[in-house]
Amino acid sequence: MASYLFIESRDPFEVNDVDYYYDIASGLRSRNNEVTLFLVQNGVFPARQNPSSNTLSQLAESGVRILADELSLNERGITLDSLVDGVESSPLDIVIDEMVAGTKTIWH
Amino acid sequence: MSEKKTLTFSLMDAPFENARTTTALRLIDTAVRRGHNVNVFAYEGAVCLPFSKQAAHPNKVHGCEADEWNHPLPKDWVTEIMKLAEKTGSKLDWINCGLCVDERGVAESVAGVRRGTPGDLVNWANASDNTLVIPTK
Repeated sequence: MASYLFIESRDPFEVNDVDYYYDIASGLRSRNNEVTLFLVQNGVFPARQNPSSNTLSQLAESGVRILADELSLNERGITLDSLVDGVESSPLDIVIDEMVAGTKTIWH
Repeated sequence: MSEKKTLTFSLMDAPFENARTTTALRLIDTAVRRGHNVNVFAYEGAVCLPFSKQAAHPNKVHGCEADEWNHPLPKDWVTEIMKLAEKTGSKLDWINCGLCVDERGVAESVAGVRRGTPGDLVNWANASDNTLVIPTK
């Protein structure tokens, strides 16, 4: 079992291939890998409840840990009570923690 | 801090264009703040990040002169992280891709930046505890 950290910096309402990135995270999780999806910059937009909220919720239910950069949320006025179920706010430091721990870290 | 590790970052974005630059420098700052050794390989437009001739400009629309506008300059951020590394005992090694520098005419960099080749990135990636590539697209 390997550990993966997927960093998503793009908004799926703006860039179509974000869904493929989610799919890779889901696929690796279904093969019993530890997978964290870290949302940053415009990548945090889908973390706000929206008509497509179930995409991230389903990903979280599948066992992918989903974190959203605290600063990126604040910059965009996304409050904690508006987050999709399964998404947690987190400082950016988690990326360094994971890198130090040897997690395979991939940026999109 | 836990055991000191060596982390490598590869940056591609030119300054003043994308939030990726800010996020990348936030990550590097965090790693240095924690005392880890950090390698930065900058290529393509990112070689302009530490370009020493960046200059603040006024914003006449807001009635501000250059000294009042507090215009952020990435070269200053890089310098501050270099200074932070000295305090925390981190080894911060920043290499600008030489060909990319020449193409852009940005050879004058802030102190602590040196010239190299993509081969340096390969060597760093092989020797580091972890590597994060932050591409433009």
